[in-house]
Amino acid sequence: MTQVNMTVNGKAASGDVEGRTLLSSFLRDQLKLTGTHVGCDTSQCGACVVHVDGVAVKSCTMLAAEADGADVATIEGQANPDGSLNVIQQAFQDHHGLQCGFCTPGMVMSTAALLKGNPKPSEAEVRAYLEGNICRCTGYHNIVKAIMAASGQDVGAIAAE
Amino acid sequence: MPKDGGIGASSKRREDVRFLTGVGNYTDDINIHGQAYVFFLRSDMAHGTINSVDTSAAAGMPGVVQIFTGADFEAVGSIPCGWQVTDKHGEVMQEPRHPVLAHGKVRHVGEPIAAVVAETLEQARDAAEAIELDISELPAVVDMKEALKDGAAKVHDDLNNNLCYDWGFVEENKAATDAAFEAAAHVTTLELVNNRLVANPMEPRVAVGEYARGTDEHTLYTTSQNPHVIRLLMGAFVLGIPEHKLRVVAPDVGGGFGTKIFHYQEEAFCTFAAKACNRPVKWTSSRSEAFVSDAHGRDHVTKIELALDGDNNFTALRTETYANMGAYLSTFAPSVPTWLHGTLMAGNYKTPLIYVNVKAVFTNTVPVDAYRGAGRPEATFQLERVVDKAARELGVDPVALRRQNFITEFPYATPVAVEYDTGDYHATMDKLESMIDRDGFAARRAESEKNGKLRGLGVNCYIEACGIAPSNLVGQLGARAGLYESATVRVNATGGLVVMTGSHSHGQGHETSFAQVVAEMIGIDENMVEIVHGDTSKVPMGMGTYGSRSLAVGGSAMVRATEKIINKAKKIASHLLEASEGDIELKDGAFSVAGTDKSVAWGDVTLAAYVPHNYPLEDIEPGLEETAFYDPSNFTYPSGAYACEVEVDPETGKVTIERFAAADDFGNIVNPMIVTGQVHGGLAQGIGQALLENCSYDENGQLLSASYMDYAMPRADDLPMFDVDHSCQTPCTHNPLGVKGCGEAGAIGSPPSVVNAVVDALQSAGKDVTHIDMPLSPDRVWAAMQ
Repeated sequence: MTQVNMTVNGKAASGDVEGRTLLSSFLRDQLKLTGTHVGCDTSQCGACVVHVDGVAVKSCTMLAAEADGADVATIEGQANPDGSLNVIQQAFQDHHGLQCGFCTPGMVMSTAALLKGNPKPSEAEVRAYLEGNICRCTGYHNIVKAIMAASGQDVGAIAAE
Repeated sequence: MPKDGGIGASSKRREDVRFLTGVGNYTDDINIHGQAYVFFLRSDMAHGTINSVDTSAAAGMPGVVQIFTGADFEAVGSIPCGWQVTDKHGEVMQEPRHPVLAHGKVRHVGEPIAAVVAETLEQARDAAEAIELDISELPAVVDMKEALKDGAAKVHDDLNNNLCYDWGFVEENKAATDAAFEAAAHVTTLELVNNRLVANPMEPRVAVGEYARGTDEHTLYTTSQNPHVIRLLMGAFVLGIPEHKLRVVAPDVGGGFGTKIFHYQEEAFCTFAAKACNRPVKWTSSRSEAFVSDAHGRDHVTKIELALDGDNNFTALRTETYANMGAYLSTFAPSVPTWLHGTLMAGNYKTPLIYVNVKAVFTNTVPVDAYRGAGRPEATFQLERVVDKAARELGVDPVALRRQNFITEFPYATPVAVEYDTGDYHATMDKLESMIDRDGFAARRAESEKNGKLRGLGVNCYIEACGIAPSNLVGQLGARAGLYESATVRVNATGGLVVMTGSHSHGQGHETSFAQVVAEMIGIDENMVEIVHGDTSKVPMGMGTYGSRSLAVGGSAMVRATEKIINKAKKIASHLLEASEGDIELKDGAFSVAGTDKSVAWGDVTLAAYVPHNYPLEDIEPGLEETAFYDPSNFTYPSGAYACEVEVDPETGKVTIERFAAADDFGNIVNPMIVTGQVHGGLAQGIGQALLENCSYDENGQLLSASYMDYAMPRADDLPMFDVDHSCQTPCTHNPLGVKGCGEAGAIGSPPSVVNAVVDALQSAGKDVTHIDMPLSPDRVWAAMQ
């Protein structure tokens, strides 16, 4: 067992982990931050995306020990300080960009990373960026629409129902 | 003006807030103090005789609590099948025993052989590796037609052969159908495969069993679409636990698509082991396990023939289908290729004679059962493909041929035993044609050709049957369950109310749309209505969510219960207002006396019900809580017309969806935003089936597509924006909401238009291609062009 220390959503967090413990397991099982979901075991689905030192990472693909000393952000820390939905979360609700909600935390975290690097992505850029996030419910239409709306673009014309 | 609440409003989903902030409560988020973890050792062989399972070394491994094998479950029941099909000779289907853990033989890759319960999942997994299996491999049967040959290896030694049933429908129509083919001016024949799929809800299955020794009560938390069905099947048929000692909870569930309807061994195991180990026992499926243990979908091999007269009227339809059951009968597997498939073969057309033959076959593969659409996509695909092929053979417009043969008068009794209550197939086709700019297609094709690409347009119709019912009819057809739905409406003293529905929401947004209905009926704010589902200790016995039944059946139960509430509330209001009950009107959350300005608010009436001081106690009981069970008199029949426009790269065979349009008739609509989202999701799964997804076994029964690296899930860049319309509305005539169901339409209606479009594109280049089996992957399309 190794002790790991990190900052998670702005607060200090620590725990004892085995060398093989994944960051996703550490977050879910030890810190009880169950908003980070695990939908596959081959790093394909993206339900487990978190930010590590500001970079989007599939937390099922990183060992907890590798995150020692890191600044980790998860879905639980994304809402505004007053508890209201942030711009991305609100856009997902407004545009019905989620159904069962299981892929949603990863979608929101990936969107935040996308918009940080590309504040006004085109539809094609959004679709390409989501290569690593699988949704089985929405057909992506409303996810793409939500992401473009969150970036401040007018989605009325490009994504008519 | 769009409404801002109630029926017809695109109310934002209340459930979204918890999902968007990471505080949903999925089954894997449930952790009970003292819980142990189970890891299942699964067969890596498709077929074999188990000589021994030696757990002695594993039992001494760190953290191991207990190890179970098939022998531990000899005394418990078989995992039951919920539907018994009677074959064309009047014999009941062959029904094998389905053990919780394999005993004697393994019959498919992924079948659980042993289960290790340990302090941690890692310890359970480590110990499982120390179990020594001695299994003699047997020849596997994978191909259905091979499985039916004399001398083929038998999946179940105690059955006569690998034929589950040989079903004819309608058997009395067979001779007349054959005669119509003899007399036909033209016969179009098509042989096709409806590819095997894996449902792949993003949340893998999870089960947590808990046992309270003091009260002898069992609780199972599970990823289920229908917790009461699990309670009944597992309690009564597998473990012998009376329902009053068994609670089943399905909290937030991350998608189902059919595969979470069924009762699985892992649920029975965790419930059983929690008592045996006197600890909560938790199982979380990995995605790799899901591929070899979640019931698969589709997997039909079909020959379909369409007979036409000299005027291109359809005169008869004849099909022969082989339907894969896999190694065991999953909960509703036998019903899918029969009553959910044969009854839909009339489609949108007035074909007078239809005969359907289905041979259901056991193979050494994962069990196959309902997946989004369940039988109806298989029916629609073959019918809409053969109609398209006929149009091309006859040189007539595929849309015109369809229109010519449309059913136009309702109610319409089909030759396959169902009666469509309402519909307007020309209206949805008109709407579709207005959406797709068919006149501009030639110019778009020319533009594609200029860029070295082929362009095709495919159109199809579909008919669906939702809300399967009534219970007494489905009982005659072999269902071992009722297909009603339940709702209890509990009004609180201060006027808010809770609806406990037997429907289950796992992405459909019931917590929002169901509240809209009740709020509209009473005239109160939606936020005064709470929807509770997914817990057998809270909700009356209900049948759950599948087959696009929730609003049509569950919503109707809720309406009936709310009507009872309103009737009683009117009695209370008449007393408070000192007026005749017949003069009381409910509007905008207040009861008034007709023709006067006397009124009493909803909240005053509800308070009176629970603080009955000024109350007609001699006439009515205090309290305001009502339950209704609703058993529909018929299916509902959504319908629609879909169009797909593709570009095909002749160099690579790659197909790109350029445009996709869907015009659906779902009857009345409660929340248009949610309905649109349901169609989008269905389209993605249908297009996924048509272009990408394929569950593939090798000849030894090894699953080749066992992870997201090999099974092509649709990604965002595989799909276009969809053009979706549901303004054509012929309300259902027999349920109180006039609703039909929208959950499966997209998956049912979309595959044929994709394939029709690709065939159209290839034929435009002079290629003699009349069919390509799904998925239309680049290699298959390229090969077809050579």
